Amino acid sequence: MKNNKYLILRRIIQIGILFLFFSGANFGINILKGNLSTAIVLDKFHLSDPYAVLQMLFTGYIPTVEIITGAVIILVFYSLLGGRIFCSWVCPLNIITDFASYVRKKIGIKPALKIKTVSRNIRYYVVILGLLLSFITGIASFELINPISIFFRGLIFGSIFSLSAVLIIFLFDLFIVEHGWCGHICPVGAVYSVTGKFRLLNIYHTYENCTLCMKCKRVCPEIQVLEIIGKETGKIKSSECTDCGRCIDVCDDNALKFKLKM
Amino acid sequence: MSEEKKKAFQATSRKDAIKTMFKGTGYLAFGGLVWGGYVDNKKKTELVLRPPGALKEDSFIKACIKCGLCVEACPYDTLKLAIPSDNKVVGTPYFIARDIPCYMCTDIPCVPVCPTGALEMTSLYTEDIIPKPDVNKIRMGLAVINKESCIAFWGIQCDACYRACPLLNEAITIEYDKNERTGKHAFLKPVVNADACTGCGICEHVCVTETPAIKVLPLAIATGKVGSHYIKGWDPEDEKRLKNVNSDVDNDKDNSGAIDYLNNSDDLLEDEE
Repeated sequence: MKNNKYLILRRIIQIGILFLFFSGANFGINILKGNLSTAIVLDKFHLSDPYAVLQMLFTGYIPTVEIITGAVIILVFYSLLGGRIFCSWVCPLNIITDFASYVRKKIGIKPALKIKTVSRNIRYYVVILGLLLSFITGIASFELINPISIFFRGLIFGSIFSLSAVLIIFLFDLFIVEHGWCGHICPVGAVYSVTGKFRLLNIYHTYENCTLCMKCKRVCPEIQVLEIIGKETGKIKSSECTDCGRCIDVCDDNALKFKLKM
Repeated sequence: MSEEKKKAFQATSRKDAIKTMFKGTGYLAFGGLVWGGYVDNKKKTELVLRPPGALKEDSFIKACIKCGLCVEACPYDTLKLAIPSDNKVVGTPYFIARDIPCYMCTDIPCVPVCPTGALEMTSLYTEDIIPKPDVNKIRMGLAVINKESCIAFWGIQCDACYRACPLLNEAITIEYDKNERTGKHAFLKPVVNADACTGCGICEHVCVTETPAIKVLPLAIATGKVGSHYIKGWDPEDEKRLKNVNSDVDNDKDNSGAIDYLNNSDDLLEDEE
């Protein structure tokens, strides 16, 4: 029996947030206005993308207090709660990359580059390179190519051309590198990976229940985090885990669950 | 640490380490140059009109976080966020005056919503005791007329831009001139006054020619700069700049050589002979 509880919940939240921003821009409903770069909540306080603000600081521009506190709130919230929880529960691009992964499995496409030859650490260098380039060129460099915000703005303000950025990511993930964007390149997720070391929400594995069916490893977008499966009981330690809960969905043996704990 | 990792660690020789470092630097340089080149290229597209109260273009593209709150605040749908195919800094707000110009709302709703200070209100306040926002202090660009394609300069009566300008008879005035061709008609030529023009673009929007003869250009492109060594001698204010200038001329220099050269016409005379 297929269980898609967390998958459905995630899609509801992702699309829900998108809808709130959309209605903020188009119907004048002020719950959420702006976009994922900076949002204003209930016309009262701001929330900002920490990596975008960091790039801004590296260009030498000091933004307003609201922006900086907004970025700190977001960083602390995601880091404490679940680290990369942003990636799988909020980021709209996740729907696209998951879809690419689904299509690849359905029709059995072998990616052009093997996952092992493409390091998952590239994303941390992208983080550093983005800041370095922002400093040198005097403009937030990743924000110029950020497909998440290009996609998001395209959806909210209705420009079809913005979808080309998404198509590039989709094709890249489908044909070139498996989980290429989210798992290897995206610096936004990498930032939350670094700060999410001490997150409260973890996936917890019960070794005694595990029948070694390996269904979890087949669906996991960050397969390296599941190293303890079938070996020991405990939480998934790596903060590269996006807390997407897909492994819990597919586990028939009650060997995986969410746990709120340090 | 797992056994496998330990083995891998021990197997790493110094040569391998240097090789890995070299490779890593190579990747970074490759990525940096490609990415940096793209970024630098996008940054240099200056031909863009920004919303009211925008910082200078250099600072503006640093400060704008691309949230689109100014776009949402604009009641006329004037402002748009640049998309990748626009060849502008992606995600930053701009407007195309020919399509929808800025209609100069008196409360300037697009500016106070900016969370980063990329658009800022302080430059737009009046100097009264109780400062009020003053739309006429906005400087988004400057209207420039192409005389050859402006039908008023042909002698045909058209004052569309003059009439539409929110600063009627201030930002655009009409200059009267005799039409020598007919001998009995007048030219009514529009003239833009840079001191008053806000760059709202309503003139460009209403211009009757196929491609507008009056266009709003960004200030950095439409305006020139004289250079500080020119001083208006007839302007007492400008003359003040000379007050503290050190006027001691270096008189120690030996000019005799140069003077002798000019006075010495021997060579010339020799030639004549």
